[in-house]
Amino acid sequence: MADRPGAHSARPAAADRLDSWTPSAVQLDRLAYRRRRSRRSALAAAVSTAVLIAVGVLVVTNTPGWPQFRESFFDLSYGWQVLPQIAEGLWLNVRLMLICEAVILVVALAIALARTLRGPVFFPVRAAAIGYTDLFRGLPLILVLYMLGFGMPSLRVSWLPSSALFWGCVALVLTYSAYVAEVFRAGIESVHPSQRAAARSLGLTHAQTMRHVVVPQAVRRVMPPLLNDLVSLQKDTGLISVLGVIYDAVLNARIETAATFNYTPFVVAGLLFVVLTIPMTRLTDWVARRQGWAGTGGAL
Amino acid sequence: MTMPVQPLLRISHLRKAYGSNVVLRDLSLDVPAHQCVTLIGASGSGKSTLLRCINLLEIVDDGQVFLQGRDITDPRIDGDQVRTQVGIVFQAFNLFPHMSVLDNVTLAPRRVHRIARAEAEDAAMTMLSRVGLADKAKARPDELSGGQQQRVAIARALVAKPVLMLFDEVTSALDPELVGEVLELLAELRDDGMTMLVATHEMGFARQVADTVVFLDGGDIAEAGPPAQILEHPQDERTQRFLRRILDAGRR
Repeated sequence: MADRPGAHSARPAAADRLDSWTPSAVQLDRLAYRRRRSRRSALAAAVSTAVLIAVGVLVVTNTPGWPQFRESFFDLSYGWQVLPQIAEGLWLNVRLMLICEAVILVVALAIALARTLRGPVFFPVRAAAIGYTDLFRGLPLILVLYMLGFGMPSLRVSWLPSSALFWGCVALVLTYSAYVAEVFRAGIESVHPSQRAAARSLGLTHAQTMRHVVVPQAVRRVMPPLLNDLVSLQKDTGLISVLGVIYDAVLNARIETAATFNYTPFVVAGLLFVVLTIPMTRLTDWVARRQGWAGTGGAL
Repeated sequence: MTMPVQPLLRISHLRKAYGSNVVLRDLSLDVPAHQCVTLIGASGSGKSTLLRCINLLEIVDDGQVFLQGRDITDPRIDGDQVRTQVGIVFQAFNLFPHMSVLDNVTLAPRRVHRIARAEAEDAAMTMLSRVGLADKAKARPDELSGGQQQRVAIARALVAKPVLMLFDEVTSALDPELVGEVLELLAELRDDGMTMLVATHEMGFARQVADTVVFLDGGDIAEAGPPAQILEHPQDERTQRFLRRILDAGRR
């Protein structure tokens, strides 16, 4: 409180008084010095970056296999030619990601909440939630994809969907929900018990306490790791191409590559995924920074 | 010597603003060596900000702070080096909860001053005995009472042998019965000749221990002088109003 000056409200006495301040010579000198110094460090950063890039380019382009490498990975005209095909596939990845993300957030929060239930009555629920996260955090995503994508349709249960796309999504949801549930749980546990006590003392039930007091604070706190998992999901939607019949960006790239033995389509798909995740990554940074300010503003 | 004695700390025309909110305006104050200067004033009058500016935790917007004649607000100087000469104790203790009391006290000597562990621990134990907590050296901060934690924080600041100590409402977070032990320690420090700048709401402490009481209002000094004068016969109308409010609240 007292060591957080930003929180001081303007006192009327101070605000009303005429503020006739003009910077002194000392202050102007200090400002000029700081400007010079930040200009110099910006220049140093630019120069060192340029040198680093130049060295990297020189080293790579002077490797013995560079000409062939360039031809099979960076064939510009071929890359341009396959771009529409891959971009179309990417649109499928984007839709997959949006749908999976929405389901994952709901499932994961439900699992995290299940783990917070107290009392012997809820033991089976807790145990199931723990077993689920243990299992799906441990299983490699690609195995889950194979087992569900090829295994489920082969059961030939008439009312089960047999589309590989459906089961691919289920595999993503199952795996990522386990991760995201742990993130939510960490957030829920980081809310101080006194908050829970305060809410319960007002007569709120356990569920109301979670809904109105604990979860809102928890979600805010875990926003950066949460977004991190979602960025990771964005690119992992590319993995469902292993099921073979889903024409997403990666599979389209694989088809093009198989036809010409030129790997440029993979590079194109990779670049498109990077472009896709950059806005999400920046958003993550921004949220983290904002949280960082909120968190340490009064701590130093 | 005909030169006037240089104050240990000289604050000259200091200004600090957060956006349009000017927290300190044209504030000048001298703290002579071995004196205890007490800052009083309402919440938001700028006491904490002033202390943070002196410890270079804030970048000032104008004016200068001289420590032993050296302008420490000059961007060319090394702020970390200045901070090793100035100790600060916070309202909320700010002990490191993941370290034992002893490690809290030896962290800076070992990491900043590169003193060997055995030597640093000897010095730390001396300092902990000085604040009456030698038997708590192995404890974690959360096993101590608030008063004990604050005394550890003071020991942590003192162990680097600062030339100036800043205290930022160090008793405000304490239970009333624990305030005394911390204030006693401050009084002892003052008797040992430490130069201190103490922001406080404890008027009794200001009256008994301070050499000078400074009343801050709206970011500058409304009135300053010996405690008897400021606390018993305030001249400034704002000081009078502030003290009357404190008396009414029964907090002497």
